Amino acid sequence: MAGNLVEVHAVKKWYPVQTGFVENLLTRKRDYIHAVDGIDFDVKEGEVFGLAGESGSGKTTTGRLILSLAKPTEGRILFEGVDIASVKPGEMRNLRQRMQMIFQDPTASLNPRMKTGDGIGHSLEIHGLAKGEEKKQRVISMMERVGLTPASVLYEKYVHQLSGGQRQRVVIARALIMRPSLIIADEPIAMADVSVRVLLLDLMMELKDEFDLTYVFITHDLATAKYVCNRIAIMYLGKIVELGTLRQVYTNPSHPYTQALLAAVPVPDPKARRTYPIPKGEIPDPIAPPPGCRFHPRCPQATDVCSVEEPELVAIEEGHLVACHL
Amino acid sequence: MADVLVSIRNLDVHYYTRMGVVKALDKVSLDIERGQLIGLVGESGCGKSTLGFAILRLIPPPGRIVGGSILFDAEELLDKDGAYMRQIRGKRISMVFQDPMTSLNPLQKIGDHLVETITTHESVSKQEAWKRAEELVDRLGISPSRLSDYPHQFSGGMRQRIMISLALALDSDLIIADEPTTSLDVIVEAQILDLLKELKAAYNMTLMLITHNMGIVAELVDRVAVMYAAKIVEVADALDLFANPVHPYTQGLLKSIPNIKLLDQEFEIMKGSPPDLIDPPTGCRFHPRCLHAMDICSEVDPPLKHVENGTMVACHLY
Repeated sequence: MAGNLVEVHAVKKWYPVQTGFVENLLTRKRDYIHAVDGIDFDVKEGEVFGLAGESGSGKTTTGRLILSLAKPTEGRILFEGVDIASVKPGEMRNLRQRMQMIFQDPTASLNPRMKTGDGIGHSLEIHGLAKGEEKKQRVISMMERVGLTPASVLYEKYVHQLSGGQRQRVVIARALIMRPSLIIADEPIAMADVSVRVLLLDLMMELKDEFDLTYVFITHDLATAKYVCNRIAIMYLGKIVELGTLRQVYTNPSHPYTQALLAAVPVPDPKARRTYPIPKGEIPDPIAPPPGCRFHPRCPQATDVCSVEEPELVAIEEGHLVACHL
Repeated sequence: MADVLVSIRNLDVHYYTRMGVVKALDKVSLDIERGQLIGLVGESGCGKSTLGFAILRLIPPPGRIVGGSILFDAEELLDKDGAYMRQIRGKRISMVFQDPMTSLNPLQKIGDHLVETITTHESVSKQEAWKRAEELVDRLGISPSRLSDYPHQFSGGMRQRIMISLALALDSDLIIADEPTTSLDVIVEAQILDLLKELKAAYNMTLMLITHNMGIVAELVDRVAVMYAAKIVEVADALDLFANPVHPYTQGLLKSIPNIKLLDQEFEIMKGSPPDLIDPPTGCRFHPRCLHAMDICSEVDPPLKHVENGTMVACHLY
């Protein structure tokens, strides 16, 4: 039985809303964006855990919280059993070696003035793990592993000389060279073309087995999540509304929001017809989320209790949690 | 006899860059019938947006239309001067862009935006134009009282509805929509697709939908043109294209897209990536990646020819 690599306990992240100077003087009221508003989940060692939802659902903030790039307003996050809030700044650097992030836009996350190879090996130098010829050897073998070949030629290239798919491979190589145990991948293939997407996903899954990785896979694309995730959490407005194994969530979606989300994905088959009504409206304002269940104003099945009482995340079967009064 | 609204023949668009001449469109031919919803699909850089801009004669420098013909309602657009094209744009051909925030004036109320569009092209009073704007946005699911709001006060989905209302304001013959739902969330995307379906029936509009998303194509369009490396490789009715793709690229593309309905889907991977358009492969541009490539494929560029059921394909296998 694999242990939990990451445990998230009752975590909230509220961002204060910027207000004008005069308004600050006149009122004591402070508004907060409830980016993440009380979530609990575990990520088991060796699994691919999906965080899915629309923009503004809090999925990226959750990823940043796990990496300690943002501090939670409330709650605790354990990584390998250690509360990351208790880690001293000096030790944080060691911890960061063990958790790496892959961002959506490779062009924006690579230094345009650094040669590809130096960019990949930069963190080895920062952490004092390798330099000079040894660094180069390690970078080249990693580049070959992620399919950046011929590695010795690409080592000398700059970011703008690479294709989009190659750039994302550089980002993957840079994350892996630190030999992390956890990788948070935030929409890693959203910028890639369809024919490249599957290649990148396959590569990520191969590397997972080879390097004993655990992924937190953040995506808005449920069709892609399906391809990689073992378990998945569906987020809406800072809350987890449904969590379960991929099969549980996809074959038996139990929250009306999950049902709508799955039904809204366009199916590449002209004969397919939608089976579930598309909710009206859009994701509400995270400053003042609706009372009760946050989805109730858009929910086709809402009842009176939904606008009053917030539903708890409860198990409807082994490992399948849903937050809904139905 | 089908009523052809736009007839594009052998269109060439080149971008003159420091690195060399990028052939963004290479001998592209396509017919769009009146009342048809045609999808233009392909990966980034294949020329699909360039084709949309070329119809409006809006290719930005250093790009130029260097050859071919675009007949719109039997008139040659490439012979027209700037003043004439300005009358066509917005009035007879309108465009919906991917990002509505950058296409709406942030300092203008959306009602004024609509009124300006209407009064520029038609001699109606402001009051009358405002009234028309009210009816129009109401039709698209926006309360007429919101015409006095500015773009930033709307959500992404609402902004895209406003863009569509601008395109519909003058009853254009042709609407070109370039990735109209790409910046939207999936539920809002589904709402906009439903709206487009509804409007298509109500206004009998002719729509060219440019997208990379095969799912959207399947939901919405009647006919599909698939582009690869500045060329059209296949044109077919949507049902035929998905049931029986003919060109090896279309086949590969369809096999590499995830289908949410299939839980244990197997993908087939296309090796390689699309070519450099400064120095594309000789012969068929897809041959270095094609599973069925023959000797002739690297030598002769296959023309687009009819096969069965109105399907057209550019491939030596047929």
